[in-house]
Order: sequence, then C-alpha cells, then structure tokens
Amino acid sequence: MAYKRQIDRLPIPPSDAKVQNVTCHYCIVGCGYKAYTWPRNKQGTATDNAFGIDLSEQQPADGKWIAPSMYNVVRQDGQDVHLAVVPDEECVVNSGLASIRGARMAENRPSRVTGTQQQRLSDPLVWRNGVWQPSTWNDALDLVARVTAKVVNDYGEDELVVSMFDHGGSAGGYENTWGTGKLYFESMKVKNCRIHNRPAYNSEVHSSRDMGVGELNYSYSDYEVTDTIFMIGANSLETQTNLFLNHMVPGLRNGARFIMVDPRRTVTVHAAEEVAGKDNVLHLAIKPGTDMALFNALLTHIVDNGWTDNEFIAASTFQDGEAVAEGSSQPAGLGSLDYALQTCRTSIEEAAEICGVDGADIVKAAEWIAKPHDDGARRKCVTAYEKGIIWGNDNYRTIGSLVNISLATGNIGREGGGCCRLGGHQEGYYRPGDAHVGRPAEYVDQFLIKGGGKVYHIWACDHYKTTLNASQFKRVLKKRSDMVKDAMDAAAGGTREELVDAIVAAVNAGGIFVVDVDIIHSQVGRNAHVILPACESNEMNLTSMNGERRMRLSERYMDPFGNSKPDCLIAANMAQHMERVLRDMGNETYADQFKGYDWETEEDAFMDGYNAGNPEVTYERLRAMGNNGVQEPVVGFEDGKLVGVPRLYADGKFDRHGREDKKALFCAAQWRGYAAAGKAREAENHDFFINNVRANIFWQNQFLDQDSDFIQDRFPYPFIEMNGEDMAELDISAGDLIEITNENGATQGMAYPTDTAKRGHVAMVFGSPAGSQGNVVNPGVSELILPEYKLTFGNIRKLADAPPQARAVSFKSKEYKA
Amino acid sequence: MRCKKMVDVGRRQFLRGGAVAAAGAAVSTIAPAPAKAGPANAQLDYPSNKLANLSDLAVNEPMDIEYPDADSPGILLKLGEAVEGGAGPDNDIVAYSVLCPHKGWYLTYNGEDRSLNCPGHYSRFDAEAGGQQIWGHATQNLPQFTLRVDDNGDIYAEGCSDLIFGRPSNVI
Repeated sequence: MAYKRQIDRLPIPPSDAKVQNVTCHYCIVGCGYKAYTWPRNKQGTATDNAFGIDLSEQQPADGKWIAPSMYNVVRQDGQDVHLAVVPDEECVVNSGLASIRGARMAENRPSRVTGTQQQRLSDPLVWRNGVWQPSTWNDALDLVARVTAKVVNDYGEDELVVSMFDHGGSAGGYENTWGTGKLYFESMKVKNCRIHNRPAYNSEVHSSRDMGVGELNYSYSDYEVTDTIFMIGANSLETQTNLFLNHMVPGLRNGARFIMVDPRRTVTVHAAEEVAGKDNVLHLAIKPGTDMALFNALLTHIVDNGWTDNEFIAASTFQDGEAVAEGSSQPAGLGSLDYALQTCRTSIEEAAEICGVDGADIVKAAEWIAKPHDDGARRKCVTAYEKGIIWGNDNYRTIGSLVNISLATGNIGREGGGCCRLGGHQEGYYRPGDAHVGRPAEYVDQFLIKGGGKVYHIWACDHYKTTLNASQFKRVLKKRSDMVKDAMDAAAGGTREELVDAIVAAVNAGGIFVVDVDIIHSQVGRNAHVILPACESNEMNLTSMNGERRMRLSERYMDPFGNSKPDCLIAANMAQHMERVLRDMGNETYADQFKGYDWETEEDAFMDGYNAGNPEVTYERLRAMGNNGVQEPVVGFEDGKLVGVPRLYADGKFDRHGREDKKALFCAAQWRGYAAAGKAREAENHDFFINNVRANIFWQNQFLDQDSDFIQDRFPYPFIEMNGEDMAELDISAGDLIEITNENGATQGMAYPTDTAKRGHVAMVFGSPAGSQGNVVNPGVSELILPEYKLTFGNIRKLADAPPQARAVSFKSKEYKA
Repeated sequence: MRCKKMVDVGRRQFLRGGAVAAAGAAVSTIAPAPAKAGPANAQLDYPSNKLANLSDLAVNEPMDIEYPDADSPGILLKLGEAVEGGAGPDNDIVAYSVLCPHKGWYLTYNGEDRSLNCPGHYSRFDAEAGGQQIWGHATQNLPQFTLRVDDNGDIYAEGCSDLIFGRPSNVI
C-alpha cells in the first residue's frame, strides 16, 4: 500500500516569520520559492500568520498551502527553527506552481530534529585503519595537499585528474564553479579534467556555439506568443515541469501547435494533446538517432518552398560559401546556407525511409515550423532540444542541422522564437579560461582506465551511477584505489611523512589516490581515501541562472550541516594548504600560484570571480531583485535595479563563435548513420533499444531521493517501461526484476508495462542507485568526446519475480485520463 | 484558475452526488493563546461521520462524500476486490480526498482504470493502491480516510492518513 505520511497538521508561520528568497536548486527552470523561518517556540494563528490569509477556511485550488514536504525543523545561526519553503506566486517563472522536486526542498534538508537526510556528510572522513574515520578539516586537507602537491610538483599537473560539476543550483553556482575553477585552471592548469555528466571537459553544444548561437537565447515568455513549439529529445512536463505548465501550456492555449521528435511517446506529448487537441500536436516517433536526417529534410523542404527568412539570412548569416572547413577537431564544415545545403539536402522520401515516419508528417512539420500564415506573415517557432540529441547520435552535426532550421527561418533573437537547449541543472559557470584543456578534450574515463593519473579529485559527481561504460570504469577505479587503501592500511601508526610516502609509492605502482568532495557518501566515494563534506544551496548563499538566463540569489536560510562547507571555501582551503605544503617543499614559485584565496564567505568568492567580470552585480542588488532576478547579460544598473536582456541576438548579430563579422554560420551536416564506435554493431546484435530517460519524481541520480520514503515507495527499483507483448514473450510480469545485458556489462530494473511503448524499445530511468544504466552504455563517443548514453542496445532477461516492494506499487499508465 | 471548464466538470461531479455526510463537530485546534498554558491533545480528534451504508454502494461507482467537514470533498468507493487497507466485509471499500495534493484541483474518477485524475496538471492517483500517485506533481499520496463499518453495515470515516490540501490541519 502507498506510503502514508500520517501527518495531519503543521505549525503555522507567524506574521513576523523571517522571509527569504529561494530559487529551486534542482532543475534548470529555477522556480521561485519563499523560505519562512521562525523560532521553535512560536507559531502563527489561523487569522494572524505570515501569509495574511484566514487559514481556518479551506483554501481554494491554487491557494496557499504548506504541504508536509515543504516543512522541516532546521538549524539557523545555531538555533533549531521551523522552516517552510513555499512556491512564490509573484515569481514570473512558476507563478506559484511547485514541482514534485521543488516542493520537497524543505524535507530534503538535513535535520537532526526530524531525522531527514541523515545521510548528509557532517565531517571530513579519512581512510584510516581500514575504515573511514571522521576527522578535522586541517587533518584531512593536510593529507590531500601533501599527496597532491607531491604529485603535481614531482610528476606534473597531468597526473592530477579532476571531475568537477559545471552547473548552477544544487552545490554548483557562480561561487562554487569559480572556487574550483580558480584552483584547477588558474593556480594550476589541469588538463585531465571532466564534467559531472560527461567524460571530458567540453561543451555539450559545440556546433551551436561554433555557428554563433549561444544555446540559451530566448525568454520563457516566447513560448506564450509563438505559433509553434518544436521540441526534440526532451520531456519537459517531467524534466522542466513548470516551464511546460506555466509557459508552454499558455502558448498552446493561445493557439500554438506542438511538434515532438522522440522515439518514445511521453507524458509531455499526451499533455500537449490534452491542451491543444490532437490535431494540433504532431509526434514524430523517429527511429533512435535519426534526427539529423529529419532536420535536413525539413530544411530542404523549407528552402525549396521559399519559406526562409531571406532578409534575416542576408543581414545576419555568412554569405560566402565555406567559412570553416571540416577537420580533425571540426566534425562538420560551417558556412553559408547554400554551402550547407550542398551537404544537407535530403528529400522527404529519403528522410521518411531513414527515420521510419510518414513523409506526409515531415511535410506537415515543415509547414508548422515555417510556412507563412495565410496573410503572408512569417510563422514564429520556438525550437527546444535536450538530451535526446545532446546525448544521442552524432552530437555536432545533429545539433547543427537543427540550428540550421532556426537560422533559415529567422527564428533566433525574435519574440516567439529561439533555438535553445532546455537544460538539466541551472547554469552558473564562471571560471578562468579552459583553452589549455584542448579540443578535442582528453577522454578522462579512458585515461583513468588505461592507468593514467596518480591523484583524482572528484567534486560532486557520482560517476558510478551516471557515467558511460560504467562497469569497466568501476572495476578499474576500485582496483586502483584499493592499492592505495592497502598501502595506507599497511602504513598505520606511522608518521604523516611515512603515510604520504606509502601513498606515493602505491600511486607510482599503478594505484590512484582519490579525494571526494560531496554532500553524501556516494557510490564513487566508496573508493575514495579522503571525503570532504560540502553543503548545498540555501545552506550557503548561491547565485545561478535558469534556462532563460535569469540570475537570482538563492539565500542562505540555514546553517551548513555539521562541519560541512561551501565548495568554494573547500577549494580555497585546499589551495591554502597547497601553498603551505609547496612552500615547505621549497618550491616558492609554485606556492605563490596558490595565493589569493583569503575568502571568509561565499560572497567573497563571488566578488573575486563573477563580480570582477560583472561589476554591476552584487549580492545586495540581486537580493533586491528578488525571485524575478535579472536576465543575463546584465547591461546596467538604473533606478536601483539591475538591467538585463530578455533575449539574445535581438540585433541580429551573432557572436558566440567569436567571429568579427558577427554573422551566424550554417552547418554542413552530412548524415552518416550511427557515427560513434560500436553503436551500429550493437544495434544489429541486440533485441532492444535501451532508451535512457528521466522521471519528474527523481532529481538526477537520486542522491537525496534515495533517502526519501515517499520517493522510494513509488519506485523501489529503477523502472524499465516495456511493451506488454515483449514482456509476455519473455515471461516477464509487472514488477519483475529484469536484467539488461550487452557486451559492456549488465544492469537491473523493474519491468513497468507500458501500452504506448513500441515493440523492441524499453525506457529505463537513468542514474538509479539500484541499477546504473551506464553499465550497459558502450564507450563510443563523438569526435569531441560527447557520450551517447541515449543510443544503447541490449538484451533482456528475467532475474526474479517481483520483490515485495515492487509488488506493492501501481503499474498503471502514467498518462492522465479524464 | 487555469482551466475553468475542467474545474467545473470536477465541481459538478462533486456537487451532484449523494453525499450523506453528517456534519461533524469540527474541533478547532486554533485558539487565542491562553495566559496560562493549558493541556492540548497530542493528536487531532477526528469526527466520526457516517458516510453511507454498505447497501448504498455498487462496485466501481464512487459516491461523493465530505470529510471531515463540508469543505473537504472526497469519494467513497467499493472496488469489488480486496485491497490492503480496504474496509468492510470484503476489505474492498476505500475513501479518499479528491482535492489534488499538488494545487488543490478537483480530481475526477476514471472507472476504467480506477484512477483519480487532476485536470489542472495531469497528476494521477491509484484508487486500488492506497491512493499512490501514479504520476504527478504532488509530494504525497492521496489522503485516505480511515473507515469503520459497524454491524449494521453503516460506514464511518474516522481519520485521515495525510494532510488535506488547503488547510494547515485536517480538522479546522
């Protein structure tokens, strides 16, 4: 039976409760919330309360309500206080709506009073005497610095491998990307680094940027006034929930049509049909990874029918043939529309064959995107894409071929337009230049697997749950880190110098010394030697920007748990220890590179980084801008307000590629089937396409959700949506544990019968602690080292009858039924 | 209101139906602070309201109810098959709040797959699995009313598993 909270009343915030701004730290949409905190021994009443409404009356639909998940007791300035985190009706992003993720921010806080999130790390842990022993910051950082300094000093910085988040929200944001970035890209020049969700340090949208088009160029309001929403490889109702509900739905109600390109029918398609009517929704359920052929046919049809925006093309795009030639680090040529078309030209019939959809539907899509209205007015179209193509086949050319359509139809920089990725986390990137990393960047997972690196610093990444080729990655990293653990155990009782010598000897023999900075003891953390406890947004002040570049300050309303710290201050402390140790080692010059970290607070890190490049922007000014913040870039400060920009490229000048002429480029996107190593063979040799999908109920790899009874009660195992006939053939029933296997490894999940699932397609939720899909994702990547998590094929067999927890859950369709 | 039409559908369904709830004596837990601390119960006192008699119920035909007071709509439902937590001689009678615990919209019952559905934001709850959210935005499962059936077959509601949308206390 379903999990019951057995909570039937909550404290009422008093009228003098402290109220602070909160931007949801989960998805990129960044919904606005208000945090109310008040002393433990105080409460409001039905008629005298912080909301100023009569709470003795039943509130209407959309009325103010504190759900139990929005409440907790947390520590603030050393005192236990009540906390309520409630969606903000005044925030233009969400207008009072809360998602199943954001509405759980309060209960996902660590609390020693209510017992929530006791998995959070409170103190540094050091591998000592065969277990992780809690210790002090100075002890832990001294060991980290001594080993790291010894290695980079004696063997060079290429022996230091770093995994670090590049996002906003959560524990990312401008403060923390700067702190880590300054350490690894300024004090050092670390080349062998990767980002949290991909095995190299690179862009996920190289081609869009090379074409001049920054990938977050619109305003969410553009969805409300457009003619067509063109969505590819995304499932916004689940993953950008309130962007869909608060901006796309109003657009559909205003008459917009909706095109979805996705092999799978999702709840987003269904909801769009509910709002706009089936006649106004077109779902192109293409064969996995064939998006580029579809986009090329759409472009061809649009050009051949004269539906291009010729004025825009003439004024804002490159005119003279080839501008950038295809080359080893350049997966496709770039240039004028005519130039690109020589390569892209694809007939409707060819695309229909490649993509496995009806040619008439491709024509319809082209008409909905670009055919002028009957009165001759141009059609407005917002194009929105995400992981389906970012992590799909042939990233560079596929995204390039999509941006081609938006450029050809003049749909960038204009109201009701935009060509944007939808995003995962918020953004919040401010680091020194990364040019030393190179292009293509090092494939760090392979570097580690091949025995590269002696020290490995990991910042808020759990690759065991999320990387590709995870089976091998785990095996190798465990083996290499165990060598160091064994050496440390053997050195027990010795001096610090003897311990460092033992570790260095072990890494020189093929081991690796692992430092893991995280908020919980993660799966990859099991193979760490020092674990450093970080804190999250609202346990510190944090600035980030959302998917329409809306920057907000999400305020600190509680203390960091235990002795945990903001990542930026951990990085600063690490740098200070590095400076000291290098000076002790006699390398004064190197030690001097680690100066400049005398930060007391996260605001100091913000001022040292973001503010230095954007002097108008301060905490005080952002606080005054509240939950509506300011849309970057900030271009001024007038009448007490920061002045931003609602959408980029409104002047028709494109600069993301850095070209002097500010002309956008088209991409010569040549279709070549499955481009990455091993994918075509894997597809041929296995029975099922293994789609890698998200669900609204989980945030990323469930690092907090794994400790939530409400969430784990719903999906105790990762769901694998599967067609009923496929299940019958394999003798699989609802809830049975099933295994997905291929040459890369195996993973497990719970069969979820899904009547809309195609035969031979399954959809497995990504990143689960109870079954990592990355185990079966092959190591094949694109030229620029973009992983293709989405393009995986495997076989399926039954492991066990449904476990008791799985038998208790609902297996009904996820689609709304009136 | 984002979709008045759909809400009205839900509201009509709520208003049309054979609710037989007795007006419970709602106990206010909120009183002006006394000068001297007084004893307060650690648990809410729920009214015991008669909702219906077994003979009033037909399988898969939900009856509109109100509990714990007239402002809190719900449904009483005989499923025809025993479920965990089901009341009555066949262990198949359940009752739920029909205010969506996401934003308080009226849920509508779909008899075909025995789910409760929110027209506002598409959340769904399983009437056969204790009100578990099948898919949606709510951060709790559907508040389920605790039922007791007496020897005469009269069905009473006497408690609730979760906080009902739009109130700081289930009994206001």
